[in-house]
Amino acid sequence: MVAISPDFLEGDRSHRARRMALALSVLLVLVATLSLGWGASGTSLPRAIGDLLAGRELAVQDRVVLLDIRLPRVLMGICVGASLAVSGAVMQGLFRNPLADPGLVGVSAGAGLGAILAIVLGGTLPVAVAGLLGWYLVPVAAFLGGWLTTLVLYRIATRRGRTSVATMLLAGIALAAIMSAVAGVVILRANDAQLRDLTFWGLGSLAGANWPKLLAAAPIMLAALAFAPMLARGLNALALGEAAAGHVGIRVQRVKNRAILMVAAATGAGVAVSGGIGFVGIVVPHLLRLVIGPDHRWLLVNAGLLGAVMLLLADMVSRTVIAPAELPIGIVTAIFGGPFFLWILLRNRGVLDL
Amino acid sequence: MSLIAQNIHVHLGRAHVLQGVSVVARPGQMTAIVGPNGSGKTTLMRALTGELPCQRLVTLNGHDIAAMPPEALAQRRGVLPQSAALSFPFTVTEVVRIGLEARGERADALVPAALSAVDLPGFSGRLYQELSGGEQQRVQLARVLAQVWQPVDANGPRWLMLDEPVSSLDIAHQITVMRLAAEYARRGGGVVAVMHDLNLTALYADRVILMQKGQAVAQGTPPEVLTDAILSNAYGCALRVNAVPQEGIWVLPHAAA
Repeated sequence: MVAISPDFLEGDRSHRARRMALALSVLLVLVATLSLGWGASGTSLPRAIGDLLAGRELAVQDRVVLLDIRLPRVLMGICVGASLAVSGAVMQGLFRNPLADPGLVGVSAGAGLGAILAIVLGGTLPVAVAGLLGWYLVPVAAFLGGWLTTLVLYRIATRRGRTSVATMLLAGIALAAIMSAVAGVVILRANDAQLRDLTFWGLGSLAGANWPKLLAAAPIMLAALAFAPMLARGLNALALGEAAAGHVGIRVQRVKNRAILMVAAATGAGVAVSGGIGFVGIVVPHLLRLVIGPDHRWLLVNAGLLGAVMLLLADMVSRTVIAPAELPIGIVTAIFGGPFFLWILLRNRGVLDL
Repeated sequence: MSLIAQNIHVHLGRAHVLQGVSVVARPGQMTAIVGPNGSGKTTLMRALTGELPCQRLVTLNGHDIAAMPPEALAQRRGVLPQSAALSFPFTVTEVVRIGLEARGERADALVPAALSAVDLPGFSGRLYQELSGGEQQRVQLARVLAQVWQPVDANGPRWLMLDEPVSSLDIAHQITVMRLAAEYARRGGGVVAVMHDLNLTALYADRVILMQKGQAVAQGTPPEVLTDAILSNAYGCALRVNAVPQEGIWVLPHAAA
């Protein structure tokens, strides 16, 4: 037998995962700062920082561009990127399959339908209700749409404790089609201004980010993200199968319910403010599993950080490639994420039971 | 301080899979459940572990398992499933730890010992998915073993519930695993195992429960249950039980002459 020092166990990747979390945190700060200074206007971040450090008032243009336009957008990018990646990782753990993703299996479509209903029909709500919900109306409606879709999907795809991937993907396509059809009917009732909003939103974009939207959606996303690590041990055990997870002491039904709620909240709020941004939820957890392994206690934290970094980078690309116009970020993530998804599929063709 | 099931019935769909089975398994003994395909062995195991809700009571060390919190149950008994499937690329170490970490305990110190017990020393850094079926089955056993490492603790005996623990193992490792289970029982723990191999059952089990068509048709020591008449009737083919002096009994299929 090999002597084993107490702080190192072969096959234990938690040290690597810790270093990864640290590195990604640093990277996130760097990318967020870069993103704040990135853009078409003549605003200079170093000048603004210099002004701040010297105790001078910011130039009006700097203040507007940095604080009112870019800062909420960067913060939104962080929240949405983390939400998408963590939702993907949790959903993959729940369905025990690396291809499960809220965007692929119709959860985003359900959240989208909720958001569209809120945008178009929100005006017809009794004033008291609309006033009470205010900016929260759209994220909450999206959350409810995403939640219902996930529940239905799980019911359809799971029989006798076993989740069929084929059923899940096909049911997701059917659900997404139904949602889109209903959304199409609802959109017929939209006026021109609403229509413009909806089109841009549908492609996925952070361009609409502002403080009120951020303040409405971010608390939901942050609450869901803070809750996610509590699912980690349950998701690890679920990898053994539902029955075995119960035998190691996990309350399986509770973990499943909570995971579905968490995914719906994070995806719903994210979709409400940024539309359908695809592939982050698949690409980020998959890359991380290759390096730090699938232990959800580390995977979820790292997925949040890397998801935020990736979305900020994608947003910077979307802001510059056709400047001064803007490419919707959903297109950027699809261009990079689509081929990556196919690569995962080809690599795992023999292993996945599809 | 036993595992007791009284007159349990299980219906799966329209099939009446267990028809009033009563079982007592005692700590300090290995109890083997044998019987032909479809006789209800695995269903009985799933009822005994609480995985299948059944009418009537299953008690473990005097507690109704349906009323025990899952954490407490997991501390009392480990369950080896028939399937060794795992959905993500965990390392062997990470798999072995899952059982203990699910209830918030550190398992690092037990990993090397549990792996040695199933004859997989040095496998801790390997990826589970790259192992052979037999190796995966032994990693799962190491995980279950780590979960209830001490056969007896302050709350009494602990239990290993093994569903076909040697089904995909070579003969050397069949013996490794059976010895391991027998040793667990000898040190005061309880072992209940679904078995296909009647010879290993004869060699290592203290008690045998023979299932046939959803009923326990015979229970007793191996020499009491493993007889020509009982086995031939249960399995529906001619079987002859032989004895090796000082070694015990072994069973051979009696080819039609």
